[in-house]
Amino acid sequence: MTEKITMNNIVKRYDKEVTVLDDIDLTINEGEFFVMVGPSGSGKSTLLRMIAGLEDITDGVMKIDDNVINHLPPKKRNLSMVFQSYALYPHMTVRDNILFGLKARKVNKEEQQKRLHETAEMIGLSDYLDRKPRQLSGGQRQRVALARAIVSQAPICLMDEPLSNLDAKLRANMRIEIRRLQRQFGLTMVYVTHDQVEAMTMGDRIMVLDSGKIQQVGRPIDLYNEPANLFVASFIGSPKMNIGTVQKDIGSKKFIIEGELAVDVPDRVIESLKDIPNITVGIRAEHITPPEEGKEIHTLEVMNVENLGNETSIAFDVGKEIWTAKWPGQWDIKVGEALPVNISHEDFAYFDSDTTQLIRSSRSALKEGDEIDAVQQK
Amino acid sequence: MSIPLPQKIILYVLLIVTSLMVFLPTALAFIMSFMTNQDILAGNLPQSFTLDNYKYVFENFPMLQYLINSFVVSIVIMIGQLLLSSLAAYAFVFLEFKGRDIIFYIFIATMMIPFEASVIPNFQTIRDLGWLDTYQGLTFPFFAMAFGTFLLRQNFKMIPKELREASLIEGIGDFKFYLTVVLPVAKTSLITLGVYGFLTSWNMYLWPLLATTNDKVRTVQIGLKQMSSQEQLNQWGVLMAGSVIVVIPTLLLLFFGQKHLQKGLTDGAVK
Repeated sequence: MTEKITMNNIVKRYDKEVTVLDDIDLTINEGEFFVMVGPSGSGKSTLLRMIAGLEDITDGVMKIDDNVINHLPPKKRNLSMVFQSYALYPHMTVRDNILFGLKARKVNKEEQQKRLHETAEMIGLSDYLDRKPRQLSGGQRQRVALARAIVSQAPICLMDEPLSNLDAKLRANMRIEIRRLQRQFGLTMVYVTHDQVEAMTMGDRIMVLDSGKIQQVGRPIDLYNEPANLFVASFIGSPKMNIGTVQKDIGSKKFIIEGELAVDVPDRVIESLKDIPNITVGIRAEHITPPEEGKEIHTLEVMNVENLGNETSIAFDVGKEIWTAKWPGQWDIKVGEALPVNISHEDFAYFDSDTTQLIRSSRSALKEGDEIDAVQQK
Repeated sequence: MSIPLPQKIILYVLLIVTSLMVFLPTALAFIMSFMTNQDILAGNLPQSFTLDNYKYVFENFPMLQYLINSFVVSIVIMIGQLLLSSLAAYAFVFLEFKGRDIIFYIFIATMMIPFEASVIPNFQTIRDLGWLDTYQGLTFPFFAMAFGTFLLRQNFKMIPKELREASLIEGIGDFKFYLTVVLPVAKTSLITLGVYGFLTSWNMYLWPLLATTNDKVRTVQIGLKQMSSQEQLNQWGVLMAGSVIVVIPTLLLLFFGQKHLQKGLTDGAVK
């Protein structure tokens, strides 16, 4: 895979004081669907706008195809962009909106018409070409914005939270559609969102950004199974990873979580964690399972039950934290009930509470055949 | 909207009374312009209908020339104001440069200087340029307009920044963006400002009085004033006929402009 966009030590500061992005090192490959995800204010949109050339780069080097583009104006970067607000020209018809960029680039008339009809056909806008944006629904406007990006045939496409103004059902459709278009055209897509579901479902790779720093870059499933730190652990996945602080009880070989839940831990785990004074554990909702004979059983008090039909989501009080379990199927559970569940130390990911970094992954991060002790230790 | 009947009656009575108060002088002038002088002086109700007053105005004064002058001056000022104000407003909104806000506030501060205060320097400039009794002397001093810039800046600010950014990525320059996006989107405000500029120039009195000395470029307001000073007091009908002629373009503009403005206001409703 060839590198399309490269960033070395990219920094963004406003007025030489407020640092928005700090030391971003990143490579985005050609033809890749790359998602930048993070809470609002994390700097993800700023980074996207720096790629587009709409924001200055304070420090560092940004390259496209091995050419430094730090000071290149947006139009020379050969990319397209879809904005959160769609940025359609309100006084122009859909046709003119789509063709506006091509006219400015002086693409010849026949080519313009050819591309217009191909794109409109593909995106399902052929019947709306003569309408104005205000006569379209949200989803249709979104499609016009997409069409405008695609018709330019730029190899890189940037998207800034393009689906956040759509309702849930439409959003799910558009996710699939954007993914399909990206594959079809082999676009290098840089996609910004604050919605981790979008990130998980669409991205080839994800970058998690928080307060201007890269938290982790990787495949969605790796981020889910092996979050590099507590922030990624709580940000990726829905519901979020259950987290609790640990008191070590070496004598009885137990870890006491949030002062309530005592979980058996084997010697080798205790041994491997002996240098870390403060530990936080994380466990995914699907790893708090219905009780089975022969497994470690704990009893937790049920705080809330959400029955979704295909699965049941149960919330528990564990010390100060609220933990969630997801059980497949339908369960008749009452609020306030003391519910027995299986919790195994093997499903815990261990974090250093002071640095928030991952020290030891859970077993879901293992590949087949790996021994639990072979988990990479950081 | 449904209003209870008694309230409705009160409302309409008030509306009728106030509209009478506002329109009575105009209506009176209109009626008087068709009355004979005897009737006016005797304080009679109109006994007969006559167009003599209008005939007299056009025969004895260069009314047509005044009207043409006024049209030329007003339209040139209107176009000049729209052009300069919109360009300045564009710079204040879409271009980023050091001290932009400070310059804008200074710009706005000039609105506090009344035109009368700058009349003398303006007059000297025009005289030194040899522009007395010319159209450019009548129009140039009004092109730069702080109010218009302010109005359009506020309007341009409502155009989402993303539109400019999207056009930057598509490779559209500032001037093309101004022409093809900003002006059409801000059409409503441009029309409002245009109508305002036209009417203000049409009703302008002090400056044309100073900057003109002959009938060739004199505007209609000055002509009207001359008419009333040259004529004896008993020629009221003639004076009213002149006034009505002067008012007609204003009314026409308001009628058509208003219709267009309302259309424009609802047109601009884009999320």
